[in-house]
Amino acid sequence: MSTNEITGAEIFVRCLMEENVEYIFGYPGGAVIGVYDAMHDMSNIRHILTRHEQGAVHAAEGYAKATGKVGVVIVTSGPGATNTVTGIADAHMDSVPLVVFTGQVATNLIGNDAFQEADIIGITRSITKHNFLVTDVRDLAWTIKAAFYIASTGRPGPVVVDMPKDVMASTASFSYPKEVKLRGYRPFYFGHMGQINKAVEIINSSKKPVLYVGGGVINSNAAKEVYNLAKKLNAPVAMTLMGLGSVPGDDRLSLGMLGMHGTWFSNMAVDQCDCLIAIGARFDDRVTGNPRMFSPNSRKVHIDIDPSQISKNVKVDVPIVGDVRHVLERLTPLVQPLETTQWLAQIDEWKKEHPLRYENGPEIRAQYIIEKIYELTDGQAVVTADVGQNQMWAAQFYGFKNPRSFLTSGGLGTMGFSFPAAIGAAFGVTDRPVFCINGDGGIQMNIQELTTAVGNNLPIKIIVLDNGYLGMVRQWQDLFYKKRYSHVSLGSNPDFAKIADAFGAKGLVTDKTDEVVPILKEALKINDRPVLIDFKTTTEDNVFPMIPSGKTVAQMIDYPKSVEELKMSKSRVEASK
Amino acid sequence: MKKHTISILVENKFGALNRIVGLFSARGYNIDSISVGTSEDDSVARVTIVSKGDDDIIEQIIKQLNKLVDVTKVVDLTYDSFVERELVLVKVSANRNTRPELMQISEIFRSKIIDISPRSITVEATGSEQKVDALIKMLSPFGIKEIARTGRVALKREFEGAV
Repeated sequence: MSTNEITGAEIFVRCLMEENVEYIFGYPGGAVIGVYDAMHDMSNIRHILTRHEQGAVHAAEGYAKATGKVGVVIVTSGPGATNTVTGIADAHMDSVPLVVFTGQVATNLIGNDAFQEADIIGITRSITKHNFLVTDVRDLAWTIKAAFYIASTGRPGPVVVDMPKDVMASTASFSYPKEVKLRGYRPFYFGHMGQINKAVEIINSSKKPVLYVGGGVINSNAAKEVYNLAKKLNAPVAMTLMGLGSVPGDDRLSLGMLGMHGTWFSNMAVDQCDCLIAIGARFDDRVTGNPRMFSPNSRKVHIDIDPSQISKNVKVDVPIVGDVRHVLERLTPLVQPLETTQWLAQIDEWKKEHPLRYENGPEIRAQYIIEKIYELTDGQAVVTADVGQNQMWAAQFYGFKNPRSFLTSGGLGTMGFSFPAAIGAAFGVTDRPVFCINGDGGIQMNIQELTTAVGNNLPIKIIVLDNGYLGMVRQWQDLFYKKRYSHVSLGSNPDFAKIADAFGAKGLVTDKTDEVVPILKEALKINDRPVLIDFKTTTEDNVFPMIPSGKTVAQMIDYPKSVEELKMSKSRVEASK
Repeated sequence: MKKHTISILVENKFGALNRIVGLFSARGYNIDSISVGTSEDDSVARVTIVSKGDDDIIEQIIKQLNKLVDVTKVVDLTYDSFVERELVLVKVSANRNTRPELMQISEIFRSKIIDISPRSITVEATGSEQKVDALIKMLSPFGIKEIARTGRVALKREFEGAV
């Protein structure tokens, strides 16, 4: 060993410093014990010990989604690595930039069924943007540089770096490459000018335009550019679950969310428009319903950085491959303000006739809770949501005013995402409150992370919409399976408030509508630890509007005004099957 | 559904072929044949895949292949003029009576007899997939014992002028 050589573990730490990593979420173990030894001397990087590796990955996702920086994770080999799989798949579906470092058994043991060995490279091949097995310590720095580069550029995504124990113990001299060149990876940012001109032609001749914007807008930090385009065109904006916050929810041009549980008026507008400008969105089945009947009257422009998303589900007239922000910087100056007075008046009328609604009563409605959180935080909070009814109500009733404010598992639909994601977000964002919306099912997946939140004094507001059911599955059983509630009752739920107290957080509980605001205000005053509020809500509420899976806007069910209307809606659903 | 011949250049690295094959299985694309070997550049392998699918499926396959970080180039040769060959080894039952006819067939196909025993001969042939299919059909009445086919390899034709 020459004097300027350092170990792989030390190189690892130096690389993280070069990448300006602030937080690394992780869990130690045998195969990374040497790496953890080197990490003991880190000064500028904080290691956050979660209580499960899945929690670490979701926390890194929350941090990445809230800040736009790369989320970093380190875990050990075998079970440590396999526990990251759900989070990695989640990040892959939602284009979250992550670098996940996994320990691996020593190279001479790989393939021997060694203790805590798992082929994590094989396992994660189809759920990562790319992955690396480092077999030589001299490749380590280059590999880490490449991992951060791949994760954060183009369409972002997770990259796994598998680090065998002996590689990390052997030594090499350290130099961090300024850049890496990969001949098979060249993200294209600028958009073809010919295509942009064609799009401008279509847009300028439109009378009823709609912008359909997705998570790509958030990822490319293009919310301002999208808002400017909408204002210049006088065009309304429908947002996907991942695109919420691109345009302020309280603006007249905002149509809120579109798709299966989108607003009535956003789906109508997309159906009736003559020009659909899809920006950083991928025509997902939860948005389109039946793709052949999606927005049938429009000419379509599609801006996306990932060529494989173009015409994958719905054929478009003008595709533009490029980064949303770069493309809009060139496109917006070329379009003309459109005369859309009548179109916007039509939309206002739809908004008046078919608003998002619910009936308040003494029993708490989940929608009411979300609405009050919105009012108390002026739409400025960072909100995480799980998957299912809690997620849809959060999306519908919290009028997100800023991008990077709604963090949820859109593509994979992962239960147990919300809470650890809120932990990551709370590290990344300290000037705004973090609200974590959960169901009583989802909070029980990864509830162990209360320890992490308490240990780091994170003032997260954990909202449990406790209806005693796996609500969305129950809703489908109600609407599509003759109300045969098969294993969706969570009747033996624990006392969530006591659990919170036992972890050292503050636990609160109520089942009365008139206590919702006071209890939220009380929670907002607690700033030295997490607060969990167990809201015992109505038990069998359904999310509306709803376009049943694979159907069209013609089969959209609005919120029923009466029990009779609900029955009618159900028989319509039956008939349309 | 048209058969497409897709030529892929990929970094000659551990697991790179797995990424390609894994992509096909994960997304439910079909592989008729696949062949792999080094290319003119040692650090790059050439993979030739024959796949069936509608045009939009093939378009997705090519886009998805292009997304793989280790893949440096993807060409669908189908619409170009290209040369293709496949190699086959056929072990077929043979005895004193049938051997002359088998040798005749082999000659017609310009194939070679590369192994012989009292009860069998092994024929080696190269050519297009159709030629290989035809040879196998001609040999099958004699009783085929074993077949090994390489799958198609292909390169774009260089000379594109009128012949």
